[in-house]
Amino acid sequence: MKLPPFQMLLEEHGPDVHRYLAARVGPIDAEDCWQETMLSALRAYPKLRHQSNLRGWLLRIAERKALDAHRAAKRLPVPVEHVPEQPAAAAERPDPALWRAVRRLPGKQRAAVTLRFAADLDYAAIGRVIECSEAAARQNVRAGLASVRREWVR
Amino acid sequence: MNTAEFARRAAAEGLIDVAYAGVDSPFGHLTAAVTDAGIVRLAFEGEELDGVLQELADRVSPRVLEVPAKLDGVRRELDEYFEGRRHAFQTPVDFQLSHGFHLKAREACYAIPFGKVLTYAELAAIAGSPRAVRAAGQAMARNPVPIVVPCHRVLRTGGGLGGYGGGLHVKRWLLDLESGEPSAQRLF
Repeated sequence: MKLPPFQMLLEEHGPDVHRYLAARVGPIDAEDCWQETMLSALRAYPKLRHQSNLRGWLLRIAERKALDAHRAAKRLPVPVEHVPEQPAAAAERPDPALWRAVRRLPGKQRAAVTLRFAADLDYAAIGRVIECSEAAARQNVRAGLASVRREWVR
Repeated sequence: MNTAEFARRAAAEGLIDVAYAGVDSPFGHLTAAVTDAGIVRLAFEGEELDGVLQELADRVSPRVLEVPAKLDGVRRELDEYFEGRRHAFQTPVDFQLSHGFHLKAREACYAIPFGKVLTYAELAAIAGSPRAVRAAGQAMARNPVPIVVPCHRVLRTGGGLGGYGGGLHVKRWLLDLESGEPSAQRLF
């Protein structure tokens, strides 16, 4: 069982995972989620039994951390005195309002749209991350985009 | 994407099995790797880094991360050694990449003090197999931690240099450094 040195995952996929999380939870929470994702991955890494799709494996962990972050945010809305200056994450730059609309989508659609357009995954890979079929992944992206478009026009 | 913070948290949790970083030397860029047990690998500039790291992932642990801070002690000791101010290394050696007779030969080599030399035949004898001269040569040629395990202090019977993984000019430089020859500075 040959696994590449973890440093290689960090360098090859770390930026993708960060982009995905920035689009998924916003630029402020993305860094925390990224740290949690990579620490979880490093903990589990020596026991990993496959190495065919390490990027998908990392994105799957990232998706779980994003869900955790959403749940935590619902439980604990933290009022802040000063809004931190938002570092412009790559995926946010084209249009922050658009990504805010994406983040208002229901769970699976939100994950599917983000994986499609921020992490550039194909539908089969999206299905593996959010645990559904390729067809269901495609449907989630389509439905998600339709909602975003409606909100956009409004 | 704060990788320094990630490395700090991973280290605090004990999740880094192998930490590596670059170390400058008078003969080019070295790569040093440590485990909790000590220095496990020192690679010369000519060795392909990807191969060195993959071997560590396969044979030690895939939790291999570049963490320069974890190599501070090794880097300082090597600097002092190259400047002629240090004759012995405090950082322990992790011999886990060595087995069988190669392990015995490298442990025997590790005991050769600064400035002294042995022949491959003498090393084989000290390692317990006087006839295994060729194997002693191989153990030195494939020494995972050159300089710290001083395979440059092992020569051919009659005084010939023998071989050296980092190139014979490096072996010559190290021997000159240890004999107090001014030619140690000549390389640059």
